[in-house]
Amino acid sequence: MKIKPLTVLAASVFCLANSAFAQANAGKEALYVKSLAATCANCHGTNGKSVDGSTVPSLAGLGKAYHIAQMTAFKNGTRPATIMHQLSKGYSDAQIETLATYFAAQKK
Amino acid sequence: MTKTLQSSRRSFLQSSAALSLLGAAGLSGCASMSGVPSKAKVVVIGGGYGGATAAKYVRLLSDYKIDVVLIEPQAAFVSCPMSNLVVSGVKKIDYLTTSYVGLSKNHGITVVKDFADNIDTAKKTVTLRGGSVIAYDKLVVSPGVDLMFGGVEGLQAANASGQILQAWKAGAETVALRKQLEAMPDGGVFAITIPEAPYRCPPGPYERASVVAGYFKTAKPRSKVLILDANPDVTSKGALFKKVWADQYKGMVEYRPQHKAVAVDARTNTVKFDVQNDVKAAVLNVIPSMRAGAIAVKAGLNNQANNRWCGVNYLTFESTAAKDVHVLGDSIQVAPAMPKSGHMANSHGKVAASAIVAQLAGWDVNPAPMLTNTCYSFVDEKNVVHVASVHEYVAAEKTFKTVAGSGGLSAAPSELEGVYALNWASNIWADSLT
Repeated sequence: MKIKPLTVLAASVFCLANSAFAQANAGKEALYVKSLAATCANCHGTNGKSVDGSTVPSLAGLGKAYHIAQMTAFKNGTRPATIMHQLSKGYSDAQIETLATYFAAQKK
Repeated sequence: MTKTLQSSRRSFLQSSAALSLLGAAGLSGCASMSGVPSKAKVVVIGGGYGGATAAKYVRLLSDYKIDVVLIEPQAAFVSCPMSNLVVSGVKKIDYLTTSYVGLSKNHGITVVKDFADNIDTAKKTVTLRGGSVIAYDKLVVSPGVDLMFGGVEGLQAANASGQILQAWKAGAETVALRKQLEAMPDGGVFAITIPEAPYRCPPGPYERASVVAGYFKTAKPRSKVLILDANPDVTSKGALFKKVWADQYKGMVEYRPQHKAVAVDARTNTVKFDVQNDVKAAVLNVIPSMRAGAIAVKAGLNNQANNRWCGVNYLTFESTAAKDVHVLGDSIQVAPAMPKSGHMANSHGKVAASAIVAQLAGWDVNPAPMLTNTCYSFVDEKNVVHVASVHEYVAAEKTFKTVAGSGGLSAAPSELEGVYALNWASNIWADSLT
């Protein structure tokens, strides 16, 4: 089959546009995730890194399953807390999974 | 990811270094003689909890691609949260103070120590008192509150002379109020007046009354604390504070609602009310009513509540009065159950930063932003109570509402929460400023 140069050009333009779109979309989604994670940073530190010696634990590098289990325990009252039993109830299970995935990928 | 961040930051810093070399050689008109850039993608007015956080998070969320100029007249940040511990003598003012160096050194933000004198929302420029003009693509206005001294006759002069303090904006007055309390003889009365809500930090005055009572209890046990509240009842953590006053400070703290201060007499150190009898005190702490910071008013952003506060689109914190201007923190007309607090201002800063990064990239903004608030109050040297909430954006109503079933108060004061309160402070200061 003979491929016309114009088809190749059209195809590569389409691919470029498509990958640019995918990149923009990935950038946008990553921004939303970081924005959600930033709601934890006031107390747990920027990107989940608490200041040295803090009694508020760092979230960065926490195992995903462990993080989800703790948040669930705060939510259903099986892990007692001073404040996290109240704050955890503000986040849906899907949001908690997103947060746990994000913080697990952050450097300790 | 950290590597990419660092390398993109390095190349940004290198390219800015190259640009400033060009500027120094006179080939570029971008930098003025004063070193203040003549334009920036994002300009932030005000380096408090809202503005500092917005500046830092625009840098973080844009992978250090968007340049940010922060305009702040003060040499360093002084925190209002925890400042009552300076009033009660537990901490020194240094404890509240954080340098802005972290924002420039760690995040490449240009921090300009100057006062924003004027905003031209049509030309999209900010004029500084020093004379520099900075053009912006996006502007963040986070000036905090202005104290309306005019609402209490005689207060302006009595405050200027250093006699009747507000100590509500932390700084020199915080230290001065501490000195007045130290100089007060045992048996004296400390009276604090509270303006009608909304004002900055709803539980703050009650915390101040409690920790001063804690100081009196050990140092000046015959003294009294008188709370004169313009509101019909304690505006925050009411049951918790009232129990503390009854249990820990019986006979020492007296709470009087419906006391709206209208005048002071500096000669006799007396405060007058609209209806109730005058009160004379050894130390008078008069907290005036508040409104959006002066620069927001000057720019005409104060379009809510009889021109006291600034209306915003809560999805982005963009002003409803001017395009590409985002207003944060204590200056805004709040959504339901949204307190004017440092923690909340930090949260506003992040939502606005995310929206600004998205808008400058041509993306849809996050359709479901979230906010948190955590507010700790000391009731004595060590014991603390909190109120906490989580807020979600409700698209159908175009506002933030607390998530049903979330948030709440402490059951009772505890030392454990005292430890957490101090750690909250160190983490939020780092999150906002370093």
